[in-house]
Amino acid sequence: MLVLRNINKTFHVKNGMVKALQDVSLSLSGGEFLVIRGPSGCGKTTLLLVAGCLLKPGGGQVLLNGMDPYNLDMDHVNRLRSETIGFVFQQFHLIPYLSARDNISSPALASGNPVMPGRVDELIRHFGLEERAGHLPHQLSTGERQRTALARALYNDPGIILADEPTGNLDEENAEILYKYLRQFAADGGSVLLVSHDRRACDYGTRVIGMSQGRLQRSTGSYVGAGSG
Amino acid sequence: MRSPGSIWRMIIDEIRFRKMNFILSVVSVFIAGSALIGAIAVLRIHDRFTGFIMEEKGKKLEERLAALEDDTRKAMLELGFNIVILPDEQELSDWYEKGYSSEYMPEGYVDRLARSGIIIVRHFLPTLQQKIEWPEKKRKIILAGTRGEVPNLSKSPREPLVEPVPEGSIILGYELHRSLDLQEGNVLQLMGRPFEVSECYTERGSQDDITAWIHLKEAQELLGKPGLINAILALECVCDEDVSLARLREEITGILPGTKVIEKGSQALARAETRRNLAVEARATLEAEKQNREILRNAREDFASFLIPLVLLACGLWIAFLGLMNARARQEEIGILRAFGVSGKQVLKLFLGKYLLTGIAGGFFGFFGGMSSGILFGRILEGQFLRIGLGPGQMVFLLLLAVAGASLLAGLAGWIPALLATRQDPADILHAD
Repeated sequence: MLVLRNINKTFHVKNGMVKALQDVSLSLSGGEFLVIRGPSGCGKTTLLLVAGCLLKPGGGQVLLNGMDPYNLDMDHVNRLRSETIGFVFQQFHLIPYLSARDNISSPALASGNPVMPGRVDELIRHFGLEERAGHLPHQLSTGERQRTALARALYNDPGIILADEPTGNLDEENAEILYKYLRQFAADGGSVLLVSHDRRACDYGTRVIGMSQGRLQRSTGSYVGAGSG
Repeated sequence: MRSPGSIWRMIIDEIRFRKMNFILSVVSVFIAGSALIGAIAVLRIHDRFTGFIMEEKGKKLEERLAALEDDTRKAMLELGFNIVILPDEQELSDWYEKGYSSEYMPEGYVDRLARSGIIIVRHFLPTLQQKIEWPEKKRKIILAGTRGEVPNLSKSPREPLVEPVPEGSIILGYELHRSLDLQEGNVLQLMGRPFEVSECYTERGSQDDITAWIHLKEAQELLGKPGLINAILALECVCDEDVSLARLREEITGILPGTKVIEKGSQALARAETRRNLAVEARATLEAEKQNREILRNAREDFASFLIPLVLLACGLWIAFLGLMNARARQEEIGILRAFGVSGKQVLKLFLGKYLLTGIAGGFFGFFGGMSSGILFGRILEGQFLRIGLGPGQMVFLLLLAVAGASLLAGLAGWIPALLATRQDPADILHAD
């Protein structure tokens, strides 16, 4: 479903260059919950953005459902991303003037299709947001916000969820809820690529890979967690 | 269910959420629209007021000229004539001294003149005058024979200005009937012929007081001048500003060669001249007033053409600034929308749609604000409340123009912020996590 081959990404900064990704390769199949663990600044978010067709790599190839999104025109990339990928971020990035319900259905704007009320209701029920559906993001708790963000990521029924430190702002209880949702998504045949420095994520992932200084850590037989904090 | 999938729905939700940004933008467009429409209204009121002033002053001028014309006509009527046509060989010094001509011309001249189609004289009066010794009374008088007025055949008939003297009748000047104790109805003898006094004139303080008027034919017989006259009085000359004495003289001598034209009744002509001068002066004043108003209008137009672009620029910059602030505040939103697959064009629509609504609202209110301020400034500048005087169709057109112009202003001002928002790299925004 998602394949990254020998991905490199370098950022030019004032004092020189930062090699954010170095020869990164991985593949993500349906039913997989891949956790990439590593400290802040190790290139996790860059990896996620490259995988999400949002940041063109300096070298290497990305294949999404067999297509290299960086060789497609912008309209195709937008459509591919809209139909294939759901994003979840640490900061939730909910649209502040839309209610939880409208935030969940906001990806409809990209597809140009009418909002599917049944799908929205289903997600609201699934994430236990019935009582808060009409509230604006600032009226929701952090857990509710992240559940809303996750529901929004699932609105277009994507095959892949890319999650960037999704529990970074959550307490233990809400983090656990979120991990369970993601695990369930993978169990239902979806793919999850989660980057985090949270050790608890390893307990929910079907595969864990450590990351350090822009490189994935290799271990015998498979990419496994480096175990570093 | 509301559809956030609709860009317009999102625009309205965003406006409701960030009311202050929208209100400030609308106020800015409102100010720009008000300034523009206000300037148009002020100039329009200026034009209307100028029209009123000109109309009012024009009316007063016409009334005054009509009064003067009437006055002049009355004066001419009192004086009886304007000019005297004399034989060309007549010495003027002699004429002025005697008060009548010592040279003669054919009586038929008057008929020729009447048939000539001359348009600036209404009536002609042939006269034969001579100072004589009234043998029966032993005193010198001026004997005047007159046939009565001959209407100008090229004009519609009018009431005679000077009554003819019937044959066998005599009209006596004041001094004659007073000193001889004569009254209307008395019969007297003049050069052996009886005449009945038909009228006794009141004192005129002129040569008329010693004049006796009889019918022309009888005068010609008494004076031994058959078929001759020594003057034609041209009565009720049309003394308009377009007609000068020179032209009158030129026309008459063209018809009657061998004659000369002397001005009489200078009071009437003076009044006509006064009227002519007044008319010229009043029209010049009116024209000057018009020019002053035009200068004032140009000054106001210049001021508006200086101020309006400045206001538009300031408002545009302010809207652009607010737009930049708005785009900055919405970075996160743009980033996530782009991550979902929302295209740059859709993001552009989100922003430009908002500016369109800003323009419509600002233009709509700006139109009414401009109209009100125009009327108010019109009151201050012109000293009275005046309606702008536009018809419903024109008002609607101006309203649409204001809304369209304001939308264009808001759109142009918001274009750069919208474009910047579109060009924001979602990776940069989301990387900030």
